[in-house]
Amino acid sequence: MTHRPWERAGTWLLRALTYAMAAGVVYVLGEIVVRGLPVIDLEFLTAAPREGGLAGGIFPAIVGTLWLVVGTALVSLPLGMGAAIYFSEYARDSRWSRWLRTGVITLAGIPSIVFGLFGLGLFVIFLGFGASVLAGSLTLAFMILPVIIVASEEALRTVPQAYREASLALGATRWQTIRHAVLPYALPGMLTGSILGIGRAAGETAPILFTVAAFYLPDLPSSVFDQVMALPYHLFILATQHPDPAARPMQYGTALVLVALVLGVNAVAIVARARFRRRYRS
Amino acid sequence: MTQPQRDESAAARRGEPQAQQPTAPPRTKIEVERLSFWYGDKQVLHEIDLRIPERGVTALIGPSGCGKSTFLRTLNRMNEIIEGTRHSGSVRLDGQEIYDRSVDVVALRKRVGMVFQRPNPFPKSIFDNVAYGPRIHGERNRRRLAEIVERSLRRAALWDEVKDRLGDSALALSGGQQQRLCIARALATEPEVLLMDEPASALDPKATGAIEDLIYELRSGYTILIVTHNMQQAARVSERTAFFYEGRLIEYGPTEQIFTRPREQRTEDYVTGRFG
Repeated sequence: MTHRPWERAGTWLLRALTYAMAAGVVYVLGEIVVRGLPVIDLEFLTAAPREGGLAGGIFPAIVGTLWLVVGTALVSLPLGMGAAIYFSEYARDSRWSRWLRTGVITLAGIPSIVFGLFGLGLFVIFLGFGASVLAGSLTLAFMILPVIIVASEEALRTVPQAYREASLALGATRWQTIRHAVLPYALPGMLTGSILGIGRAAGETAPILFTVAAFYLPDLPSSVFDQVMALPYHLFILATQHPDPAARPMQYGTALVLVALVLGVNAVAIVARARFRRRYRS
Repeated sequence: MTQPQRDESAAARRGEPQAQQPTAPPRTKIEVERLSFWYGDKQVLHEIDLRIPERGVTALIGPSGCGKSTFLRTLNRMNEIIEGTRHSGSVRLDGQEIYDRSVDVVALRKRVGMVFQRPNPFPKSIFDNVAYGPRIHGERNRRRLAEIVERSLRRAALWDEVKDRLGDSALALSGGQQQRLCIARALATEPEVLLMDEPASALDPKATGAIEDLIYELRSGYTILIVTHNMQQAARVSERTAFFYEGRLIEYGPTEQIFTRPREQRTEDYVTGRFG
């Protein structure tokens, strides 16, 4: 314990800031839960919206968001993990590889609406996918690629160099070494970081605005070339396009479902990480 | 400790002639000529010339940073995994240049096994550690894998201690057992040469003794090169000793002569503990 006053003041300041931040999060979540929970019943979760979203449920938006989450994962995981493996295990430290890496990190700083417009231009119009689950998933995937790449590289770096050396010295090829002596130990970390990124994608509005989200579409998608409703976009519509105060409770209900879904995805990642840790660190 | 299998049978299994007549001069296994090596701009080996006869133990000694570990790693091309390294000169294994473009580095490392300074078993089971090499080289048959694992563990004098728990994690073993497991893992690919980079430096005296006994047992079946900081160890386990200093090979000869009648003053200073 220190007795210097300024040091004590500093500790208290940092503690106060932390508590203030936590309080903000608790307040927001509490508000959403308290106001959203009364709205949620079986109909809300399983029926299509009626009367422009003022009645009925949000089932198509839930299904649409799940499609997008799965689609985003299918595209971004192989691409992102592949790039991370390349950077971490294959790329030599050259000017070119440094440029590539900088490019990837810069991607993380690009506003999501720019990704949305990029997706509109490339996937929807140029490649002719139209507004569809495919175009939306690709757009979301590109947006979270930097998160996945950085998290995966981080996880690959934690694998001791001694494993790689042991494997190579036994005559393993580089790929065999990665496959059998590196990936098994890096994969939990890679997946955890990646799932957190995918959770973020689930809540994004801007990238899906032009590429997939439908204003009102009670039918469920039958292929990746269909448009879908999505929770964040539905929330955006309810919040901005409805002067009617009856839309309020529906907003909170939708927000609660969306938050629960994102937190659920994150919880999966956290539980998975804890389990893998126990298995490999013992 | 178990009695490791006779080395003649080890040689016979590898399809080699039975132990040579004691009178016949041993064949040269590794021939190094004017080998120089650089990390970036820094030259760490200067024109090394060295002939290692087949079978037996050769100790590489010298103060830290003298290049002995680097030299060891040029023999299975493990230095290549570090960026910005290059070499000149020649290293021949059974007369064939190992740095030749036509040489498959995977096949080379299968013939030239390596044991590292710190025991580095994979966080897999004991069985899977030893089976790692044979598996990546294509062995899928479970019975044959089991045979290889048992034979390798026996040769590494570890079988009796672990035979009832082959499925346990290798990380649960003691440091000395882990290092013998790493030796078993290296033996499982049926190498002809075994490179050991201070294999006992991270171990306590008892475990060190077990490793030294093992090296002594293995010497008639394998060509072993061992880097060591420990003079007594070099004297105990090796037949030949090479003294390195500042990237150069200063003196090379029978261990007994190096330790009792060195020709070079620097060798004498080092082995008598005047520096190092």
